[in-house]
Amino acid sequence: MTLPRFALVAALLVVAGLFLPMVIPNPYYFYAGYVVLQYVVIATGWNILGGYAGYTNFGASAFFGAGAYAAAFLFKAFGLPLIFQILGAAAVGMFLGVATGYLTLRIQGVYFAIATVALVIVLETLVHNTEYLGGASGMTHIAPPPPAWFGGQTQFVFWVMLVIAACAVVLARWLELSWIGRGLRAIRASEPAAESCGVPTLRLKLLACALSGGVMAAAGAPYPTYTSYLDPVSAFSLLIGLNALAMPLIGGTRNWKGPVIGALLLASVQQIATVTISSEFNILAVGVVLIAFVVLAPEGLLGLKSAWARPKLRLSGAKP
Amino acid sequence: MSEPLLSVRDVSKSFGAIKALGPVGLDVAEGERLGIIGPNGSGKTTLINCITGFFRPDTGTISYKGQDITRLPAYRRARLGLSRSFQIPHPFTGMTVIENLLVPMDYGATSARKELENAEEILRSVGLAERRDHPAEQLSQLELRKLELARALAARPAILIADEAMAGLSEAEIDDILSVLFELNRAGVTVIMIEHIMHAVMRYSERVICLETGQVIAEGSPEKITSSPVVQKVYFGEQTAR
Amino acid sequence: MIVLDLALNAVATGIVLGSIYALLALGLAITFGILHIPNVAHPAIVIAGAYAVVVLNRFGLDPILAGLLWSIPFYFIGLAFYEFYARSFESRGGGNTLQSLTLFFGISLVIEIALVVAYGTDLRSVRVGYVGESLRLGTVAIPYRFLVPALITPVVVFLLWLYLSKTNTGLAIRAVAHDERAVSVAGVNPTAIKRHAFGIATALAVIAGAALVITGPVDPFAGRIHIGRVFAIVVLAGMGTIPGTLAAAIIIGVAESLVMSFASPSWAPGVAFAILLATLALRPTGLFGGVR
Repeated sequence: MTLPRFALVAALLVVAGLFLPMVIPNPYYFYAGYVVLQYVVIATGWNILGGYAGYTNFGASAFFGAGAYAAAFLFKAFGLPLIFQILGAAAVGMFLGVATGYLTLRIQGVYFAIATVALVIVLETLVHNTEYLGGASGMTHIAPPPPAWFGGQTQFVFWVMLVIAACAVVLARWLELSWIGRGLRAIRASEPAAESCGVPTLRLKLLACALSGGVMAAAGAPYPTYTSYLDPVSAFSLLIGLNALAMPLIGGTRNWKGPVIGALLLASVQQIATVTISSEFNILAVGVVLIAFVVLAPEGLLGLKSAWARPKLRLSGAKP
Repeated sequence: MSEPLLSVRDVSKSFGAIKALGPVGLDVAEGERLGIIGPNGSGKTTLINCITGFFRPDTGTISYKGQDITRLPAYRRARLGLSRSFQIPHPFTGMTVIENLLVPMDYGATSARKELENAEEILRSVGLAERRDHPAEQLSQLELRKLELARALAARPAILIADEAMAGLSEAEIDDILSVLFELNRAGVTVIMIEHIMHAVMRYSERVICLETGQVIAEGSPEKITSSPVVQKVYFGEQTAR
Repeated sequence: MIVLDLALNAVATGIVLGSIYALLALGLAITFGILHIPNVAHPAIVIAGAYAVVVLNRFGLDPILAGLLWSIPFYFIGLAFYEFYARSFESRGGGNTLQSLTLFFGISLVIEIALVVAYGTDLRSVRVGYVGESLRLGTVAIPYRFLVPALITPVVVFLLWLYLSKTNTGLAIRAVAHDERAVSVAGVNPTAIKRHAFGIATALAVIAGAALVITGPVDPFAGRIHIGRVFAIVVLAGMGTIPGTLAAAIIIGVAESLVMSFASPSWAPGVAFAILLATLALRPTGLFGGVR
């Protein structure tokens, strides 16, 4: 599918989402669907750096939380509407991504990964010490009433998240097809070889950091509106950082489909599971699944599929 | 004599207390076939890494086409036409063979419109045409070496530096690679060959430089180098001792 | 004068705190610093060790003694752990960093949740006679619950340094990271050496756990706050130098302690991160690191 057609399909899905509140009366589905879509955005954003370029980010929750707090701040301080909150959050995420990347990426990927672990703690510390943002106990966020069309705040933020998800996936798809995506894949395979092919590796990695951070922060922006309340523990939740990593790894990290499939699958299961089993077992299950995939199927579900298809390919070209 | 294409002046590089290279100086003329030999650890790879921009030399200058490139990052040098292949092949896994060639074309200075056709032609010239759409990770050792060269060629280099492009290959396979390199040189590309396989480098090169503990200890025609007592002592002596 | 007293106290506390951090970081100095295995699960293993010490302490055993006893089974757990890692990745021609980091991240989660499932999320502590008392030197007061574990560190650092620089096996551990082929030429099995080193690192984790649980109660997630800190120490030390690890840990301990006294304790977790980033940006080879 060409990119314009791909974008058209995404736009049609967004338009169709406008009519969902008329078809589905129960707001719970929007409440749960929001979380699933939120993870589609997070996983897609994570994969731009983690999947395409091969740089692990353990701190997705730092970007998500930064986005949520940036949005809450912009609303509290200036009363900005949701759309500007999202854009502001994305800008904050891009800045965080570039700053972390610039300080650590010049050396080795391992340091970047470790820095992202610590980034979560630092941002949480920062929020804890900021009275204006509610400190450790959190802050209420009373958003203005949603457009009447949607019939409720939950339905509205669901649709907003649908728009963000569509944009994120189209962005990922565009990156994948463009020269940027090819450069990032080259970096993932071998940085020296990429560099000797004329790929400006540091610049490209920083670009990926910025885009990835921006998308993940945008995923956090509508969160205060969604919950009407924002506190450091849920905004910087470990589960977000874990899911961001697990979803692309389970789906497959090579293209846009992997994180989307992983997010839809894992987030849906978690939405059902939170009703039935405890959150500890939820995390444990994700942890075990993560280990299993890394060890047994490092290319994810999509990798398993192409591994099945591969022997057929061999028949066409005779092996010397 | 016209200005050399590539000129290395007083370049040295140390790692901590260990002096890995130099100071060395050498000139490479346009269209030349230069061989660089020397025992393990003599500084060959360090020299290449300085020339291609992976290491920044501690002292000295490197100029290319009259331009000082000592401080230029590796990717900029690649765009200027300094291309290299790696001792251990670094294929872009997760891509097909043809896609591997598109990377240097995407990022190269010359914006070739007919990217795919050019890439296919290069694949034919190295004998990888039928592997065009195979994932890079499925290639054999020989094919990986060829891909390494093909990718370096796709950047349309003025200088190709082949770092032990033939290590571990059979005699027939060495002939294969050598003919690719001869063909390339005939097309006007300057080739610097770093090689351990003596008969190959002697057959290919017009001029040979021998490095030992970071210094140039001999330089001249292949015949002169082969008969040089200094070279025989450090290099051939080492080989016969094994 | 009050400021001076406060500063003196902060520095003394910082040195003590730092030497406890060093104990936490020593295992990682081996796995990450020497072997280049990004073992982000190390702090979680330390906490698992602390819980193991708590169990033996219930029978009245001294926590340090309990830590020493546990270090033997933990050594073997470490061997098994490395075997799992090696079979998953190194046999595949060295898995990429993303995958091995993810593996250790997953393992650390599993350890944490296993502790939650077994013991709940309540804080656990050990009983020792000297809790609540302090050593007083003029205006400086150091609680024994910090001083005693801090005194283990110099002993462990010295023994480890002796082992790594004076014995054949220790030298082989250092060599294997540099050049695997050279070691195997010398007739040593590189995999066995690395496995052994990983075992030692895991055994050190339980001793660190014992020290940590003497300083104060732990919960299953207590390791998380140390992840940034221990990596900061190892990087600041210059990857794998053992005396450097102690020095780097004391620098970070003193810095944190000063921030705690003069700013606010809630800022302390950010200190190590700031130092880590500054190190990476300004001197990536670390303070005491030589050639890579």
